[in-house]
Amino acid sequence: MNIINELSWVTGGPQGSGVDTSANIFARACYLAGLHIYGKREYHSNIKGEHSYFTIRVSNKTIRSHLDRIDMLVALDAETIFRHLSYVSKGASIIYDSSLNDKRLEDINTIGDVARRRIETFLKSKNKNSVKDMLDSVRDECSICSIPFNELLSQLAAERGESMLSRLTRVTNIMSVASSLALLDLDVKYIHDAIKSIFKSKTNVIALNIDAANKAYNYTKAKYDISKRFVSKSLDNLILLQGTQAAALGKISAGCRFQTYYPITPATDESEFLESNQIISNIDGTKGSLVVIQTEDEISAITMATGAAIAGARSSTSTSGPGFSLMAEGLSWAGMNEVPVVITLYQRAGPSTGLPTRHEQGDLLFAINAGHGEFPRAVIASGDVEEIYYDTIRAFNYAERYQMPVIHILDKALANSLVTCKVYDTSKIKIDRGLLIDSVNGDYKRFRLSDDGISTRVRLGTENGIFWNTGDEHDEYGHITEDPEMRDIMMEKRMKKLDTMLRDLSNEEKAIFYDNNSDKTIITWGSPKGAILDAISMLDNTFNMLQIKLLQPFPSSYISEVLSNTQMVIDVEMNYSAQLAKLIKLYTNKEVDYRIVKYNGRPISADELYYALSNIINGSKERRVVLRNGV
Amino acid sequence: MVSKRFTIADYKTSVHNDWCPGCGDFGILNSIQMVLTEMQLPNHKVAIFSGIGCSGKTPHYINVNGIHTLHGRVLPYAIGAKLANPNLEVIAVGGDGDGLGIGAGHFVNIGRRNIDLTYIIFDNGVYGLTKGQASPTLKLGIKTKSLPNPNINQNINPIALALVAGFTFIARAYSYDIKHLKDVIRKAIEHKGLAFIDVLQPCPTYNDIYTREWFAGEGNMDPTTMKERSRVYKLEDENYDPIVHEGSKEEINLKMAQAIAKSNEWDNRIPIGVFYKNEHGYIYEERIESRISDYKENPPALQKIESNGISIASIKSILQLL
Repeated sequence: MNIINELSWVTGGPQGSGVDTSANIFARACYLAGLHIYGKREYHSNIKGEHSYFTIRVSNKTIRSHLDRIDMLVALDAETIFRHLSYVSKGASIIYDSSLNDKRLEDINTIGDVARRRIETFLKSKNKNSVKDMLDSVRDECSICSIPFNELLSQLAAERGESMLSRLTRVTNIMSVASSLALLDLDVKYIHDAIKSIFKSKTNVIALNIDAANKAYNYTKAKYDISKRFVSKSLDNLILLQGTQAAALGKISAGCRFQTYYPITPATDESEFLESNQIISNIDGTKGSLVVIQTEDEISAITMATGAAIAGARSSTSTSGPGFSLMAEGLSWAGMNEVPVVITLYQRAGPSTGLPTRHEQGDLLFAINAGHGEFPRAVIASGDVEEIYYDTIRAFNYAERYQMPVIHILDKALANSLVTCKVYDTSKIKIDRGLLIDSVNGDYKRFRLSDDGISTRVRLGTENGIFWNTGDEHDEYGHITEDPEMRDIMMEKRMKKLDTMLRDLSNEEKAIFYDNNSDKTIITWGSPKGAILDAISMLDNTFNMLQIKLLQPFPSSYISEVLSNTQMVIDVEMNYSAQLAKLIKLYTNKEVDYRIVKYNGRPISADELYYALSNIINGSKERRVVLRNGV
Repeated sequence: MVSKRFTIADYKTSVHNDWCPGCGDFGILNSIQMVLTEMQLPNHKVAIFSGIGCSGKTPHYINVNGIHTLHGRVLPYAIGAKLANPNLEVIAVGGDGDGLGIGAGHFVNIGRRNIDLTYIIFDNGVYGLTKGQASPTLKLGIKTKSLPNPNINQNINPIALALVAGFTFIARAYSYDIKHLKDVIRKAIEHKGLAFIDVLQPCPTYNDIYTREWFAGEGNMDPTTMKERSRVYKLEDENYDPIVHEGSKEEINLKMAQAIAKSNEWDNRIPIGVFYKNEHGYIYEERIESRISDYKENPPALQKIESNGISIASIKSILQLL
């Protein structure tokens, strides 16, 4: 038995077979046992049958990313073994059902040619290509636990008087989770509680799953020794949630009361979560509510949200790249009419439909530039699930304070990560509605000129506060003008708000500098934060990290100041062309020294980044490094 | 306290109107202002949304809230405002190209929602502001002034499209019969649910086929009197009953079939008036109310969300369920 601080656990199986549920139960059980979780979900754009898998990294201290390395592999089908076995570490446990032994690579029609060639290379032979052959290749280094899940299932069916075995097949997932917990010597009660938490009021389902879990847990305990045991637990007060839920919670706290969306991966979960929680409890005992509208397209989503914002609601829409493309004209209108509307943009791998369920950060320059003409907007990026909550609230405050559209740019890795983070401090959530006024005296001009470019704003329906909006250039009342002098005045009024914003914001709102007193600084934005911090800590803190949170307006002077004190700048981000490095060059005239990029649709892992950074420390001359790990 | 009576001047702005002399849009503008006066609607409680084109300028000439939006997108903007505050009186206006060409998706989909607002299409068969291209309501083979060739596309029938999309009040009016148009607009505003008015509105500059004179009866000889007869006639003069009284499926089918048949009349006899009216279903606001009981009193736009700058929303119970 090994005493461990952390574990990288992977389960896989055909999409629609319950992989997601079982991974959620494993994560929850470990979370209930007092451990930190970083879960990464990978799935195809498919309803049933294609391979999906879930990586859950478990630790007794804070973790922020996944590892490619697998310490415990749970294979409910042969494909999981074929696809993932090359990543198992020395000493790893492999849980599977030995009835899979004779399955051969060519039997698996969901493995494409390219993946098949990779696996054959791993096996070094085309003739020895069964599950057993695969396992033989690691048998000396790993402990292989064969659990007869199907047999246990038959026993369970007999005990419960269930004649249709097929009704129970989904519980094999839960059994595999129970076996994992048994090998880790975690109390079976954690899986009971996790099952209750996931299946909520479905009492029959809960009873069945608990029976199944007990059966597998006891079988595993009796047959196999404990393989690993966590040395200690975490003492932090943690919550377990996904990025889309963090954004939704942020919207509720921020006072967002109108949300539109058109279904798109990976953004939709957020809107569905909001609709499930649309009645809001206020601390003063009153009730609030949130209207969620599924629109006919994303053009309608942005324009409807904008209409609601004009009426006075805090309003937003959530989408991904293809949907955001359709929103460009509406974004430009919102900028022209100084409407506070928030767009939560969950990037996924493009271009076009791209890899619709996979990860990328390819839309940074697009988010900054989308829409015709020049108008003020803010683009802010969160680096992890904890930040998403607080940044969502900031997005609404910025939108109303500066009366402009705000794009909160996230990505698939953040959206679908299932992680523990510190419980949100909701005691002092600041709401800044800017110059929104409830009553008007005298002549009201919606676009009244001011030193900082910001005018008072009223809700539609405010007495004495009639106003006009138009996408045409307009005067202070909002009526159309084509006068060259008025054009200059209004263009300058609007654009000035960006300077106002840069003046107002603290350095922490612009970028977070993790200062390790190094002369080497990694710059990044968004989700690579986690892998970078984990890799830096694996490298004994030999790098600083600068995480840029405000991408537009770009905080040039603060970024220049930080980078002027560093000898080497390494850009890490998940796109082909190193888009942040381009912005750095544009706004600070600083050329980064190294670009570490990745665009295969799989998030950066801490271990691949560790190797890439080690090579740089060791004097590698390769200035552009492409990371290629992932299944 | 004596409350002030609004006069038509209260609904006018001083903004210079740059529509062409003789434009049919004027009749619609005047009718809207007359209806607002008749109904004594407080200016600040009304919001007029528009699309792009000559009709898009309408809100600037009316002294109520005016939101001049994007080409084709007037409906989603209007919906957003109405659903954020259902106490607003929301009127949407736009051209036929705006609503039935680039905005056709929204036109069809708003029908699924039966929102309590009024949508008026200024229908003249051409894209005026871009100098006279064929619009979705121009008939096949018609060659208006600036077309290089006769129109190669068939036309959309806006009345029939609104009907199958799910609008619950559907009417047509003629912009030179202001009294009738005004009455139709008022009925539309007073209708509980989604109302659509297709207003025939001659473009004096680019539509030289369907002109004011043509509608008035130019070349349309009445065989008995041997005089020119107006092409436009009123449904109500012919005892046409547009109303769904009982709300049974059979009755709705009959009324819809009748409206479609009427909407296909053109050339020598063009019906105006109310084609269809059905107040039996739930409006969208009521559907929201079934989920959010205080939706009308405490709508999204008016909700209190902070106290002294601190959020009042609690997420504690949601966090406990996570």
